[in-house]
This record gives sequence, structure tokens and C-alpha cells, in this order.
Amino acid sequence: MTGDWLDIGWVDEIPVRGSRTVQVAGGDDIAVFRTAEGKVFALRDRCPHKHGRLSQGIVHGGAVACPLHNWRISLSTGEALGEDKGCTPTVPVKIDAGRVLICRASTLKAAA
Amino acid sequence: MEHRPLNPEADTREHLVVIGNGMAGCRAVEELIARDADRYRVTIFGAEPRVNYNRIMLSPVLAGEKSFDDIVINDADWYAANGIALVAGDPVTAIDRAAKTVTTRSGTTESYDRLLIATGSDPFIIPVPGKDLPGVIAFRDMDDVSAMLAAADAGGDAVVIGGGLLGLEAAHGLSLRGMKVTVIHLMPTLMERQLDEAAGWLLKNALEARGQTILTGADTAEIVGDGKVEGVKLKDGTLIPASLVVMAVGIRPSVALARDAGLAVGRGIQVDDHMVTSDPAVLAVGECVEHDGQVYGLVAPLWDMCRSLADGLVEQPSGYRGSVTSTKLKVSGIDVFSAGDFSGGDGCEDIVLRDASRGIYKRVIVKDDRIVGAVLYGDTADGSWYFDLLKKQDDVSDLRDLLIFGQAFAAGGGAADPKAAVAALSDDAEICGCNGVTKGQVVSCIAKGAHSLDAVRGTCKASASCGSCTGLVENLLALTLGDEVQAGPKTMCKCTSFGHDDVRREIVAQNMRSIPEVMQKLHWTTPDGCSSCRPALNYYLLCALPGDYVDDQQSRFVNERLHANIQKDGTYSVVPRMWGGLTNPTELRAIADVVEKYDAPMVKVTGGQRLDIFGIKKEDLPAVWADLNAAGMVSGHAYGKALRTVKTCVGSEWCRFGTQDSTGLGVKIERMSWGSWMPHKFKIAVSGCPRNCAEATIKDFGIVCVDSGYELHVGGNGGIHVRVTDLLCKVATEQEAMDYCAAFIQLYREEARYLERTAPWIERVGVEKIKARIVDDAAGREALRARFLYAQGFSQDDPWAQRAEGAEREHHAPMARFTPQEQLA
Ligand code: SRM
Ligand SMILES: Cc1cc2nc3c(=O)[nH]c(=O)nc-3n(C[C@H](O)[C@H](O)[C@H](O)COP(=O)(O)OP(=O)(O)OC[C@H]3O[C@@H](n4cnc5c(N)ncnc54)[C@H](O)[C@@H]3O)c2cc1C
Ligand code: SF4
Ligand code: FES
Repeated sequence: MTGDWLDIGWVDEIPVRGSRTVQVAGGDDIAVFRTAEGKVFALRDRCPHKHGRLSQGIVHGGAVACPLHNWRISLSTGEALGEDKGCTPTVPVKIDAGRVLICRASTLKAAA
Repeated sequence: MEHRPLNPEADTREHLVVIGNGMAGCRAVEELIARDADRYRVTIFGAEPRVNYNRIMLSPVLAGEKSFDDIVINDADWYAANGIALVAGDPVTAIDRAAKTVTTRSGTTESYDRLLIATGSDPFIIPVPGKDLPGVIAFRDMDDVSAMLAAADAGGDAVVIGGGLLGLEAAHGLSLRGMKVTVIHLMPTLMERQLDEAAGWLLKNALEARGQTILTGADTAEIVGDGKVEGVKLKDGTLIPASLVVMAVGIRPSVALARDAGLAVGRGIQVDDHMVTSDPAVLAVGECVEHDGQVYGLVAPLWDMCRSLADGLVEQPSGYRGSVTSTKLKVSGIDVFSAGDFSGGDGCEDIVLRDASRGIYKRVIVKDDRIVGAVLYGDTADGSWYFDLLKKQDDVSDLRDLLIFGQAFAAGGGAADPKAAVAALSDDAEICGCNGVTKGQVVSCIAKGAHSLDAVRGTCKASASCGSCTGLVENLLALTLGDEVQAGPKTMCKCTSFGHDDVRREIVAQNMRSIPEVMQKLHWTTPDGCSSCRPALNYYLLCALPGDYVDDQQSRFVNERLHANIQKDGTYSVVPRMWGGLTNPTELRAIADVVEKYDAPMVKVTGGQRLDIFGIKKEDLPAVWADLNAAGMVSGHAYGKALRTVKTCVGSEWCRFGTQDSTGLGVKIERMSWGSWMPHKFKIAVSGCPRNCAEATIKDFGIVCVDSGYELHVGGNGGIHVRVTDLLCKVATEQEAMDYCAAFIQLYREEARYLERTAPWIERVGVEKIKARIVDDAAGREALRARFLYAQGFSQDDPWAQRAEGAEREHHAPMARFTPQEQLA
């Protein structure tokens, strides 16, 4: 594996319609989500509203509902949906033979 | 038939050697012959000892619908007629690119000018103990089918590991051949790569109705047997007896030969748009290749690849650009179709149609006026139409409203205006199939004053059951009343046209057992609901099916999923139960130790007479709970739509005014009712005299002790709108006080709407109704109490203890840790 991608584990380790986190030393966590359809997304684990941990929200469709005040955040763009305005940084993800890889550079940027 | 001479020595043409006599290898040769039959001398090596056949038809062969002869694509005559040398049953074991030769297992060496690798895929065998036992097979070629047929002849049970396309087709065939089949699938729903949750649920139901056992969320631990397969053991300890185990958990491109020969290999053999590998003399095609980062496991892409390959071989390069794929399951009588991307997401609009009575689910995903995906269950007639629109990326904005009804409707244009269609119906046309209500009856009930959907449902029952005619009734309302139509009942959320009460009633009436089932039967308009309806449905099912329903953790709000209260900084607070507000040195010491050991920044006495430890990290929660458990403490459910606290005062034991043992009663009541899930939080208090130091008259259930017994109060609320309780009744004994309390809780659990506390519930239904059920109806009260205690038998399991022992570890631990070299700001 080249240094551009971080191998964070097996896809199966993320519950369906759930999420896990990746701790980044000295920065914010990265939240890694898996939707009902098995797609995997990664976002900075920080709601654009008041910094709720998005990893703890309810995942439905392609969005997560923030646990603190129920904003809906798109998993693919990090944008708040509906009336709310705000955006949290996304981290590109790829799946290779069942392993989840997240983009190293974006992880650093998002966590910082 | 004219046969070409096979005389290699005299043949001076370039020699094309093909490794793999499967679907792609032979198709590539067919495409080549169609372009220039004479250009190459062709030799095909095949590992299988037979001619080229249609692999996808192995499923119908297994099911007994076809014979091997029926599925042969190219028979021996074809090879002869085209001068192709076929070496069958002798796999190639090495490629020497420098010498341009291939060598087979039997030792034959053949030289090539161009080499084509079409080795397909290898079935993935999960590395569990027992995987090599006789009786464990894959489902890939005719030999596997023969092995399955032999096992079926011998009778017995079969286990199929893998609930994808291949596994389900194997299971179907084996069960038609008389075997008792169990399918073990790791994921929560079947064919999750092709189907969404709703369609996966329908499929599971249909297969179960045919007698198969389908275990989802089941992980294989080992295959057991002495000298041959005897059964499969799951990680949860279940043992399923079996004389045959079919592993259909996935495939991996067959790349070993290419890798050994030093060709560039990623997930598959890497090829360019003309199917040329990193060596210009070597081509590759089919499932063994990786093109533009993609590998494929279906035939349609192979056809496209073979065309580009042949164009390249005759020097008229066209170039392969990747493929969009669609899937159909080949199980007779079950129609499933899936294409494109159905994961939804930004800017994606889901158009969903569910028809419960006909078992139909259709979902089309539209983005920027283009179809990006489709999932069809039960009626797949329009699959190819959607797929075509998807591939062509046609603008569907004009068809939008009728798209989901299919090509026939959408093409009909104006004639298909739903209102006009309803207007054209005769008066005896049946509108509601469930309740046998005609259009005439609906119209007359509207004319008599039922001016909303709710009113129609309440009077003539139309659309009050499965709801599939809701649209028709709404159109009739609009037609009959014009602008006067009143807004329908308040729906649960935007995903459904039903209100909470309708949903609850139907869950019980139709004995529904899972969230996807409710969504299907009640025509949810979204594929998997939202953060409002999912927790509500989860609760309604839990309440309806005590002990039976498997709680869906992903449908719970974070606090209930983590059994702690999330704080604004992302840490958690932990509140252990202190029965009736009593505590002792062991508990206090344990709490003090936890506060120090985990560096909790604050500990506080709550308004509910117990201690709250703040600032605990998610990862530390299980360890904190283990420490508290060790001192005998369990979860206080300070986070749950559940029983919170039972506040007490000192009572007759110590207080000079106390009339009864309010502390003791409070402890007993808390022991009886802790752990129960409810529509909203529920608080109890017991005061020892009318001075009411425990504030019992602003609790959901409050007891005020008096000389002659116990006054029972209900529906109080502190909080935003303070509401003083209503007096329910007065009883003489402690036991009666407990019995009435249990009955009241159960009535609230069964009849209040999710997120409705007792105060607004009682305001809505009236306290008289509650009294009639709890006080006047002794038999009803007893039945409610019995149901509550029965349900409690399943809920008084300390969630903390389970987690402390390692259950659902993934909720707490991070998946990975990353320490960058760079300094993060
Ligand atoms: C910890 C505590 C305050 C304290 O430090 O004393 C507390 C803390 C919270 N209360 Fe409370 N309430 C606490 C006693 C109360 C009381 C007093 C009581 O129970 O006697 C009330 C009024 C009585 C009542 O409920 O009728 C109370 C009425 C509320 C309400 C308004 C409820 C309502 O029906 O109007 C909310 C908001 C809600 O539930 O939606 C609320 C919500 C909350 C939440 C859960 C806010 C939230 O959603 O995150 C707070 C969580 C803090 C945490 O993370 O631990 N809390 N809250 C008390 C915990 C009691 C316990 O031991 O479990
Ligand atoms: C039961 C079943 C049902 C299916 N149903 C469908 C379906 O409904 N729709 C769909 O689109 N797809 C379906 N598929 C998938 C489809 O069959 C494959 O995508 C297709 O066969 C791939 O073609 P291929 O030529 O790449 O591989 P294959 O057809 O597997 O051909 C590869 C051949 O190469 C041979 N080989 C391997 N290594 C060597 C070697 N070293 N030397 C010589 N020969 C070698 C193999 O023995 C094999 O015969 C199904 C597959 C199976 C098994
Ligand atoms: S009163 Fe408000 S701030 Fe205080 S604990 Fe309750 S909800 Fe939080
Ligand atoms: S912090 Fe996420 S909604 Fe408020």
C-alpha cells in the first residue's frame, strides 16, 4: 500500500446503518459510516452546528442525524441538508478486497 | 459442416493461445472469428474436461429445469469447424513470457504469438476450521453441480453459506431437489449488494415461505465433522446439522498464473481499454481482469470487453469504457431486479411504490432528472426499461410523476392522470380491497361529512388497513370536495401517510415482526425511514413482541445505544441506579473510585435522588460499568425512554409524620419496573404523607401515603409545562398500589404514542378513560399487569453488565488509531 491511503480495517467492522471512529492523534476523530446499502463514507466527526459527534447519530438513507440537535448531514458531501446551513469536511474512502482505506491527506486536513 | 484442417506445422499464421475455455475466453474467439476468421491460428486450454457452456445456466441445471446439453454454447463441432484446437482438462500451470510459451499440468508446452488469459474467478473459501472436509464445495462449475446432485440423491440437510445471488440460487436448486436447506448470511439482509433492506426483507420472507431457513446476521465459526461434513457451527454457538455445505461467499479474480508470470496485477489482471496487459503480447478478458479499477462478476461486461478485445486484435481498436450492470435472480417465481447505484445520497430522490397485498416493492433513484439506480421486487417487468433509461442517461423530468408505475403508464401520457382515472371509475369499483369498500361508499361517506382522510378511515374504513388505496381515497376527496379537503391525520413523519395510532394498530393486527416489514406493509415512501420513525417503530415492535423482537440498535438514539447520556463535548455521563434513592458505603466507595480512576471532572447529585458521574469517554464506559457492577450497581437508565427514578421520602421508618413505609415501597416499585422501555421517560415518586416531600404529584405515577392507605396519582410533569397529577384512586394495601402501578405503566406502554409523556397522553385521551380501564375494569387491570410483568421478564437484564462483558464492543472502541508524523495544529 502506498502512503496515500490509510488502511483502517474490514468493512464488516462497521455496523450497517452505523458508524465507527478513527482516532487521529492531536486532532478530531474521523467518523466512518456504513449505510443500509453497504456504502462507506468518512467525515470529520464534528457537526457544523455545535460540534456534535456525528458518529453517534442515526444513519438513514445517505445521511446522518446529529445526536445533539438532529441536523441532518449528508454523508457524501458533509453538507447540512434541509433548512440548515453548514458543512463538515469529507474524507475520500475506497474499499479494496473488503478493507476500508481512507485518504491520508484529507484525514490530516479534516482532523486538524 | 466444413472442417478446417488442424495442421499446426503447416500453419504460418500468428498463434493465439487462450487460457480458459469459459464464457469470456470463447466469446472473445467468437468475436474474433466474426471479424476475421483466418487471421489467427487458435488454441484454447481449459481446466474443465468439457466444451464451452453457459455458466450462468448452472443454476437451472441444479434446479432440474435444464440439462447440461441444453446449456452448451459451443459443441465439439464448433471447435472443429473453426480449426480451433481445444485442450480440455489440462490446466495451464506456467507462462514463460520471455520464451513466449505456456506449459500445462501434463507437461505439454505450447508457444504463442499472442496470449489471452481468461481464467475467470476462484470461489472464495472462508478460512474456518473444517473447510477442507469432504462435502464442502463451491458453486462454480459443472463438477460442483454434479457433487450437489449426488448429495441431494443421498438425502439429508444442506447448509449454504452466503445469501448472495449464487448462494440463493444454490439453495433454491437444492431445496427443489428435496434437501432441507439453511442459508447462513453474514449481513442483516439478503443480497445486500444488489438489494436494499426492503427488497431483501421481501426476498427473505418469500424464501422462508418456501421452506428454507434463512439466518441473517449469522457468522460461521467452523464446519464440523469426522472425516466428512456433519454440520456448521455459528459464532453464537448454534449447530446446524448438514451433510453438504455450499460456500458461496464471493469470488476472487483468478490471477495466480498472471502474477507468477510477472504481469501487473491489482485486484485483477490490469488491462487497458483494449484488454492488453502490461505485456503487449498478452491480453486478458473476463472476470480475471481489472479495468479502470473495476472488476466485474457478471456476464454483460464480458461481452463488451470481448468486442473491444477483438477490435484490437484485428487492428481496428474501439476501446472498452467500463460497464453499468444489472442483476436478476434466477429463482423461478421470485422476481428481483437491481441496477445501478441505489445508495441514495445527495440530490438523490427516491421514488418508492409498495403494494403489500401483491408483494411488490419498486424503488427508482433519480438524480438531476436522470435515473441512477433501480430496485424492483415482485414486478420486474419494467426492469429493462429503467435500465435502458439509466444507461442512456435520458432526462426523465417529463415522466417523473408516472415513472414508478412503469413504461405502459408513463408512455400513456395524459390518459394516466390519476384524478381522471379515479373519476372514470364506476360507483361499484372497489377502492379498498382490505375492507371491501366501493367508490360509491367512499363518496357517500365523504358527502356525509367525512372531509379528511382520517375521517374516511374512521367511518367507512377505506384505506384504514394496509393503506395501499390511500392515494385513491385522497383523489376521491379532492374530486368530491374540491378545495375543501382538510389536511389528513398527523402522520408519524414524512415517510408515511399513517399516524402513530394506525401504525400501532396494524403492527398488532397484522402481527408484524420487523421494521422492514412494517415499512413494506404500510407503504413507507422512503427505503429505510428516518430518525423520527425508526426509533418509534423499534419501540412499537418491542412493546408488541416481548422476548421475541430483536431490538434494532441502529434505530435507537445514541443515548439508548450507548446506555449513557451524551454531553455537549462528546463525553458521556453515567448514572447508576440507587434504588428509591437509598445508598450505602460500598456503592459510594465504588462511585468515588470510578470518579478518581477515570478522572471524571464532576460528580453531582441529580434531581432524581442519585449520583451522576460526568465526563466519561466513550471507550471507558464498559470499564466504568464493570467497576460499578462489581459493587452491585446497575444502569439507572437516565438516558432512556424508560423508567428513570423512583423518588422517595424517609417515611414512617424515621419521619415523625410518616404514615407508611414510603421508602420501602419505592424500592419495591423500582425493582418491579426498572428496565422497561416506554414511549417516553417515566418517573415515579412515593411520599410518606400529604406533605409530599418526594413531589409525587408532578410525577408520571405518584403515590401519596395516608393513614388509611395509598393515594395513586397519574400524569404529572415537571419540566416545561408543569402539570399536577390527576387522582386515579385510593387503595388500601401496598400490593394494590404496585398492581395498579404495573397496569398503568402497561396501558401507557401499549397506547401512548412514541415520545408522548403521560401528561399529554392523559390530556389527549382524558383521565376518565384511564380510570375506566385501570380502576373500574378489574379483569382488564389484571391482564395489563400480567402483560407488564411478562414483558419485564425479558427487559430486566442490566445492559451495562452485557456491555462490560464485551457485548457490542464496536459501539465503544475506535476502529483504528492514526498517529501522523506531521504536527497537527
Ligand atoms: C441529570 C438531571 C439534572 C440534574 O443534574 O439533576 C437531568 C438532566 C437532563 N435532563 Fe432532566 N434531568 C434531571 C431531572 C429532571 C427532573 C426532576 C425529576 O426527575 O424529579 C425533571 C422534571 C420532572 C419531569 O420530568 O417531569 C426533568 C425534566 C426534563 C425535561 C422536560 C421533560 C418534560 O416532559 O417536559 C427534559 C427534556 C426532555 O426530556 O425532552 C429533560 C432532559 C434532560 C437531559 C436528558 C437533556 C438532554 O436531552 O440531554 C439532561 C441530561 C443530562 C445528562 O447528560 O445526564 N429533563 N429532569 C436530572 C437527572 C435525574 C436522574 O437521576 O435521572
Ligand atoms: C451458478 C452461477 C450463476 C451465475 N449467474 C449469473 C447470472 O445470472 N448473470 C450473470 O451475469 N452472471 C452470472 N454468473 C457469473 C458468470 O457466470 C461469470 O461472470 C462468467 O462466467 C465469467 O466468465 P469468465 O470467462 O471470466 O470466467 P469463467 O466462465 O469461469 O471461465 C473461466 C474458465 O477458465 C478456466 N481456467 C481457470 N484457470 C485455468 C488454467 N490455469 N488453465 C486453463 N483453464 C483455466 C476455468 O476452469 C473456467 O472454465 C453466474 C455464475 C455462476 C457460477
Ligand atoms: S435543566 Fe436544562 S440545562 Fe439543566 S440539565 Fe435539564 S436540560 Fe440540561
Ligand atoms: S451539534 Fe449537530 S445538530 Fe447541533
